[in-house]
Amino acid sequence: MEFTENIVGRKIPKKINGRKLQPFMGLGQYTMPTHKAATRIRRRLSGETKLLQSIDEAIEKSELKSGMTISFHHHFRGGDNLMNLVIKKIAEKGIKNITLAPSSIHPVHAPLVKYVEDGTITNICCGVTGPVGDAISRGKLKGILTVRSHGGRARSIEDGDCRIDVAFIGAPTADEFGNLNGVDGKQACGPLGYMVPDAQFADMVIAVTNNLVPFPCNNIFINQNHVDYVVKIKEPIGNPDGIVSGTTRITRDPIRLGIAKTCVKVIEGSGLLKDRFSFQSGAGGITLAVTKFLSERMKDLDIKGSFGMGGSTSALVEMLESGLFTRILDVQAFDKVAIQSLKNNPNHIGIGASQYANIHSSGAAVNVLDTVVLGATEVDINFNVNVVTESDGRILHGIGGHQDTSEGAKLTIVALPLLRGRNPVIIDRVTTVTSPGMNIDVVVTDYGVAVNPECKFYNKLMKLKGINYMKIEELRDIAYELVGGAPDPIPFEERIVAIIEHRDGTILDVVCQIKE
Amino acid sequence: MKILRSAQAGSLESQDILVTVKKGKAGTGIIINLDSPSLVQYGRKIHEEIEFVIKDFEIEDVKVQAIDKGALGFTIKARTETAIKRAIKKES
Repeated sequence: MEFTENIVGRKIPKKINGRKLQPFMGLGQYTMPTHKAATRIRRRLSGETKLLQSIDEAIEKSELKSGMTISFHHHFRGGDNLMNLVIKKIAEKGIKNITLAPSSIHPVHAPLVKYVEDGTITNICCGVTGPVGDAISRGKLKGILTVRSHGGRARSIEDGDCRIDVAFIGAPTADEFGNLNGVDGKQACGPLGYMVPDAQFADMVIAVTNNLVPFPCNNIFINQNHVDYVVKIKEPIGNPDGIVSGTTRITRDPIRLGIAKTCVKVIEGSGLLKDRFSFQSGAGGITLAVTKFLSERMKDLDIKGSFGMGGSTSALVEMLESGLFTRILDVQAFDKVAIQSLKNNPNHIGIGASQYANIHSSGAAVNVLDTVVLGATEVDINFNVNVVTESDGRILHGIGGHQDTSEGAKLTIVALPLLRGRNPVIIDRVTTVTSPGMNIDVVVTDYGVAVNPECKFYNKLMKLKGINYMKIEELRDIAYELVGGAPDPIPFEERIVAIIEHRDGTILDVVCQIKE
Repeated sequence: MKILRSAQAGSLESQDILVTVKKGKAGTGIIINLDSPSLVQYGRKIHEEIEFVIKDFEIEDVKVQAIDKGALGFTIKARTETAIKRAIKKES
């Protein structure tokens, strides 16, 4: 295999699985395609019906064959049921060699491991959380995993890098003509933002719903002109109770609360915290606490922000309702309060994945974001971030919007405790680069704050009193001293099991199979 | 010193370690069974820390079961030391 080195010092194969790879070169440095992909032309004549009775019938009508690419959304997060249901049916039909390109895979999709092992699924494109990631790290996927951010996924679909043959859209509410709504019905899950590129660019779009309403439904998120068939089934497509799971709870740990308070001081110190301020936070415990403390500070200073961006949470909705923001832009809901707000509040605006974060578009919302506060699994002394691989080398998380928001926002803060158990979080070299260091401005830990010397707020921030500033190398040294030295290298096999794309389609890093 | 009975120290709380020591058959040496979330990057170090304490007590044959929840070195040494002290203490 021939390799080239990208600008974050990672060896990238020139070609893998028949795909030529462009190494990551930095913002706007690569050659981009000139035109977007075009979808297949379909025709519906007056009087034709779109209604189907079962998933089996939908799979037949879709003309799904071995070797094709299918997609799903993850708006139900831990409560998703549709992907397991459809893939079981696909496997029963003897269809093999599927490329699975959903917007994310969660622990609830553990049943898919079986279909990875038996060759029903041979390639996967998306972020992966849980047992499927574990299986891929152990070499069970015959092809390769391509990890993309939310914006990167939208780009890959629209540019034609990821051609979707059949998109299965779980729709909380649908009418028989294929207008889809995410906020009504028992399965309400919020915006269907991640599925907008799929609806527009897939060759075949199938909506699956438990709540079929007479035409036309309202609160339309995905339009009839993109949807080929509508299937009403009895089995729930998802359980909205599963949306709030894993990382979406506010922390009660005083150390993490302290980190959150420091983040708010840094945001204020940058000078960005003024009227028309805009903000996004991840859904992790620390970043949710930042949202809470930031609201209090905005109230104290009587600041009226412009928009908060979601993944929306009850904390963000509270900021909208108390007038701290005039709008929420929302690609995905993280709890039921957010779903209700999207339904009832005209200032809570649902957006698609491209509108949110696609770099190859005429304007993504991340580009007008003032500040984002994110988490990380590891950060290195070059500020490169890893959110995908764990300290044992396994692929256990997706990128989400990390790459997109960190590149788009004026001020990107990564907030995390210096140690996670015994594992130091600030280290010499991250296991996997998933967001390049050039996009990370400030790292806030419980032991001190490191500002990237390249950050445009560097001089301003360094004048700020009451912050324990350190060089990032000093933070690493403290971490190493606490745990008894640098971590032993993780033993990997030679085989590459995953490639990490930057949001522009160039390659940041690769992940190899773990040695067992 | 000789291990007289099985003994335990520590807990399964986050950042702690539960160390259980048992008599080992003569000549079997120090056998450590370690379960840790940091096994890949710090397993070697944790083994060293446990062994260091055992050797300090001049114990030759012992079975150690260690369930680690992300403890730092000083915690691991302290829990091992306490478990051993409990295991070697003569009934009064």
